[in-house]
Amino acid sequence: MRRPLTLRILDTLDRKAWIALAVFLALALVAVPLLHLAVPEDSAFHVSTYVITLIGKIMCYALVAVAMDLIWGYGGILSLGHGLFFALGGYAFGMYLMRQIGRDGSYGADLPDFMVFLDWKEIPWFWSGSDSFLWVAILVVVVPALVAFIFGYFAFRSRIKGVYFSIITQALTYAAMLLFFRNETGFGGNNGFTDFKRVLGFSITSPETRLVLFGLTAVMLAMTLVFASWLVKSKFGRVLTAIRDAESRVMFIGYNPLWYKLTIWVISAVLCGIAGALYVPQVGIINPSEMSPANSIEIAIWVAVGGRGTLIGPVIGAFVVNLAKSWFTVSFPEYWLFFLGLLFIVVTLMLPQGLVGLWKKIMAKKGAEAC
Amino acid sequence: MTKTILVFLLCAASLTAQAALDPVQVRQLAAEDSSDKVAAIQQLTQTADPDAVRVLKAMAEDSLFLAGEKAVIINGGKAFDAASGAAIGMPAETESVTVNNRIRGELANALAALKLFDADAGVRLASAQKLQSSVSPAMAPLLARALEKEIDARIKALLTLAYAQANLGNTDPAARLAAVKALAETSSPTIRSVLLPLTEKAGEPDDKVRYEAIAAVKAIDGRLAIAENLGRVFSGLSLGSILLLAALGLAITYGVMGIINMAHGELLMVGAYAAYGMQTLFRAYLPAYIDWYLPAAIPVAFFAAALVGVVMERTVIRWLYGRTLETLLATWGISLVLIQAARVLFGAQNVEVANPSWMSGGIEVMPNLMLPWNRIIIVGFALFVLTLVWVLMNRTRLGMFVRAVTQNRPMAGCVGVPTARIDTMAFALGAGIAGLGGVALSQISNVGPDMGQGYIVDSFMVVVVGGVGQLAGAVWAALGLGIFSKLLEGWAGAVIAKISILVCIIIFIQKRPQGIFALKGRFVE
Repeated sequence: MRRPLTLRILDTLDRKAWIALAVFLALALVAVPLLHLAVPEDSAFHVSTYVITLIGKIMCYALVAVAMDLIWGYGGILSLGHGLFFALGGYAFGMYLMRQIGRDGSYGADLPDFMVFLDWKEIPWFWSGSDSFLWVAILVVVVPALVAFIFGYFAFRSRIKGVYFSIITQALTYAAMLLFFRNETGFGGNNGFTDFKRVLGFSITSPETRLVLFGLTAVMLAMTLVFASWLVKSKFGRVLTAIRDAESRVMFIGYNPLWYKLTIWVISAVLCGIAGALYVPQVGIINPSEMSPANSIEIAIWVAVGGRGTLIGPVIGAFVVNLAKSWFTVSFPEYWLFFLGLLFIVVTLMLPQGLVGLWKKIMAKKGAEAC
Repeated sequence: MTKTILVFLLCAASLTAQAALDPVQVRQLAAEDSSDKVAAIQQLTQTADPDAVRVLKAMAEDSLFLAGEKAVIINGGKAFDAASGAAIGMPAETESVTVNNRIRGELANALAALKLFDADAGVRLASAQKLQSSVSPAMAPLLARALEKEIDARIKALLTLAYAQANLGNTDPAARLAAVKALAETSSPTIRSVLLPLTEKAGEPDDKVRYEAIAAVKAIDGRLAIAENLGRVFSGLSLGSILLLAALGLAITYGVMGIINMAHGELLMVGAYAAYGMQTLFRAYLPAYIDWYLPAAIPVAFFAAALVGVVMERTVIRWLYGRTLETLLATWGISLVLIQAARVLFGAQNVEVANPSWMSGGIEVMPNLMLPWNRIIIVGFALFVLTLVWVLMNRTRLGMFVRAVTQNRPMAGCVGVPTARIDTMAFALGAGIAGLGGVALSQISNVGPDMGQGYIVDSFMVVVVGGVGQLAGAVWAALGLGIFSKLLEGWAGAVIAKISILVCIIIFIQKRPQGIFALKGRFVE
């Protein structure tokens, strides 16, 4: 007998998790806007624009990390090409923002500046309709999904797995980066898309727009977490975990791993695309370097630091690593790569379960002592 | 009687030596009007007389003077008669001959043309080569005479070309036709551009000559295209050797040991910086032997990279055997640390590594196909390293142990192979070979902290295409990828070529997930 939907949604998380989620949303939707708008700038409690942009950016990263965790932590497939899906979503939404500039660009033309620069006369076919928010919103979901589906179908069908898959995804994002770097492909070349002015007619730099984007990202992250925990606890999620642990056995029982892997792969890509679309208006630029192999591999380290196979782990990892990054790059820029490199080494050697695993270990020890 | 004959002979000798030039012509060199001077220079050139060289050279060096109605050369405080070359008394009054820029240019041309009659074949060859790009129709008779006298086949061929080029401006259509026909045999871009105006009605009124010229340009184009493609194959070959050097180490660490080493590109970088370090040392302490820094860098690079490899294996990789995805992440971390270390030690800018003098220049196979020495040497070096690796893996005890550990680790351990030490040594070997690749890379590309990053995707592609656990696979894959990508590059541009190669590899993996040379036998994961 099926239980009502609301109950089933409630079942996905335990009480503590729901409370944590509510606190998080209250902070993001009420406390931060109040502290930003109502508290005077010289007050110690004022939340600056810099902080809002930074946290908003990191929440997008956290979304990517959760997507990565679904495929890596639960599916056992390490993708080194998730930056591609992130960038695809970002580029799709970025083009909408470019069209929103209208005639306020430096050339004062109907076309985006980079197209005027290339002496193009009209919008290329694949960008037609990009001035409509609805169409772009569809693109943000459909393009990463389509790319992921086609690539994943062929890769999983011939049972490419392990490091082979990782390296091929890396090659994929590398190839896409080269393609987007070209001026004539219609993606703005080196500079990508930037200098945005408006989104849905609102000024993109006004505090209200920023707060709305910030809130939307927070809601999206929360919804993703709920969805992901439902997904991994469902029958689908259990088969997926089984495939991760013993693919051959799952096949012998009678499941076809192809569709399970493909589904989670496409879901993961779509989540990345949405994260990219939320990222671009907040950060104000999207360029091909988002697709560099180094960026994609960094996503993996967020997940590894937080803890694979847990859903809160990637969020924690994304926050820890990126906060550390913004602190290091300001205070000791020359040591950031040392820190990041050592982080990779230390986490893989000493913390295979990440920070969440470490926390669980400590709690277990405490529990044992208490007994 | 004998005395008379002797006097007569002496007279004859002095006559041939001294009265060779027409005094009137020589006098005209000192004429007031520049055009007269030019005419005189050209006439003197036509005589192709060695004496003309002497006079024209003197004129170019500003030592030709006019004394009364006689041209004299005053050199080192002594005066000579310009026409005969005989020493004469210092004239009381001399008037200098003005040599303006136009005359100077004319003199240079004339002297160059007269070199065609030099006794030394080397001088004649150089002169004939120089003429290929700057031949004027007025030189046709001179060239014809030089051609008659010439005995050296190579110079003769060059002269024929120059003569044909000079004849393209001939008023006689038959002469032009012959010239075009002769030029159709060449394969040089300059001659193509000389012929090009003749393919149009404005440039060539005679139909027959024009059609011949069109055919000739077509023929040259065909040969140029062949040379261009050959050039591409060669640069593909050299790119392939670079890829091979980068991938050989990887074929050992990944292919044989199953370790994904993302820091492999940085081991290349270590090798390249070793070459830079040796160059600096040689510059400071052994400037006389600076050309030898490169051979000296080879062992240094090998051991430096191998040392880094040993440290990596002992501290990190050792704990991760069998967990390839974790190895991937940890070695990526190592690569970041190495990159940053290079930045701190040597600066973020690229450093300059110069080619030794014996590596500059190249072999000219065709007029538009030059094989640079550094590329040739790198191809040879790749072959050398390949042989080295093959011998090490197949003919030494270490190689046998490595193969044994690869095939069956517990069994190898049971029969007494020190598996842990073999792992370290094999990894060090792979790293050292990457260091050797770095030395080669330092000769043809930039040396900087980020240089390794560009090769990591490519070298993994080589290993993936070639198949795991196979040296032969790596070789074929590296050469194939190198040549294929260079040919595509010429046809579609560098970026499109790269993308299509990657797409091809992805498709290829679909068909043959185990690479070209799959290990045969019952291997299960």
